[in-house]
Amino acid sequence: MTLSPLETVLIVALMALATMTTRFLPFILFPADKETHPYVTYLGKVLPYAVIGLLVVYCLKGVDILAAPHGLPEALAIGVIVALQLWKGNSLVSIGAGTAVYMVLVQGILS
Amino acid sequence: MKLRALRAAFPHTVPVLTGFSFLGMAYGILMASKGYGVGWTFLMSLFVFAGSAQYMAITLLTAAFNPVYAFFLTLMINARHLFYGLSLLEKFREAGRFRPYLIFGLCDESFSILCSAEPPEGVDRNWFMFFITLLDHSYWVLASVAGGLLGSLLSFNTRGLDFVLTALFVVIFVSQWKSQKKHGPALIGVASSVACLLLFGPDRFIVPAMIAILAILLVFREKLQVAEVESLSVTETKTLPTETSSEEVVK
Repeated sequence: MTLSPLETVLIVALMALATMTTRFLPFILFPADKETHPYVTYLGKVLPYAVIGLLVVYCLKGVDILAAPHGLPEALAIGVIVALQLWKGNSLVSIGAGTAVYMVLVQGILS
Repeated sequence: MKLRALRAAFPHTVPVLTGFSFLGMAYGILMASKGYGVGWTFLMSLFVFAGSAQYMAITLLTAAFNPVYAFFLTLMINARHLFYGLSLLEKFREAGRFRPYLIFGLCDESFSILCSAEPPEGVDRNWFMFFITLLDHSYWVLASVAGGLLGSLLSFNTRGLDFVLTALFVVIFVSQWKSQKKHGPALIGVASSVACLLLFGPDRFIVPAMIAILAILLVFREKLQVAEVESLSVTETKTLPTETSSEEVVK
């Protein structure tokens, strides 16, 4: 433990405050009992589709395509997930199989 | 009522249980290795409840005391949460007494489940959303505490297990894709993020990507709104010709 207990508490409190700011701010700016601007309502409808795309890219941001194994484990596992999800539509099966494929690839074949 | 909502919520959270068990434990182990006891891990996971920020904080807790930097760095890392709130304004509107906790617990994983999962017939939506959030939050707190307590005793090869959360987001992306006729917003999300990742690098692409997504969505709102109307009225063949022409006008 590098910091004193008081310093650590302060860091935890400020980090909680920062996180809560990002989570609560939209709800404070656009309260439930007031009519929201059509632009905001529109964003609420289209953003979920865009944000999940952002999250997928965010998860893959550390993948280096130039160095071995060139993002191949990720690409193959995502291919399996997409194919299974389009074919069967069972989320847990797609996630389980995709993760298993990825683990086998990074621990064995493509490590 | 409550039990049915819990039963309906649980299966949606299984991928998160898997991912958080691993990432939470790893977090607890790391905190312990830096000399921070399990009490600190518990406080952090309970009140901050944001994985990437908590991992980042390990470096802050082992450097010189700099609370202002900690605040702004967390704000930056978690800026994407602003979009979660904007996306869920309508869904949380009627959430009443659950609202504060639902917002407090709005992590990446809970958000992605909440914006795609629908409660089954006869299950109360608010309890359903509450249990998804509570389960995810509990997994994270329990796993990180477990990691702090007994982490070093475990040694099975978990390499690659964290991919389960990527898999969760990919599955939700595909489900959303299947549910829509037009894919403008999804494509804008991926394309802006990839472009900003290449331009700004992995550590600073999130905020530019958010700005790009917002700008493109707003600039093309008429076109994207037309797309939405179209997908809603697929059964009414009569309205289709006029809508195609109105879309061509926009082009």
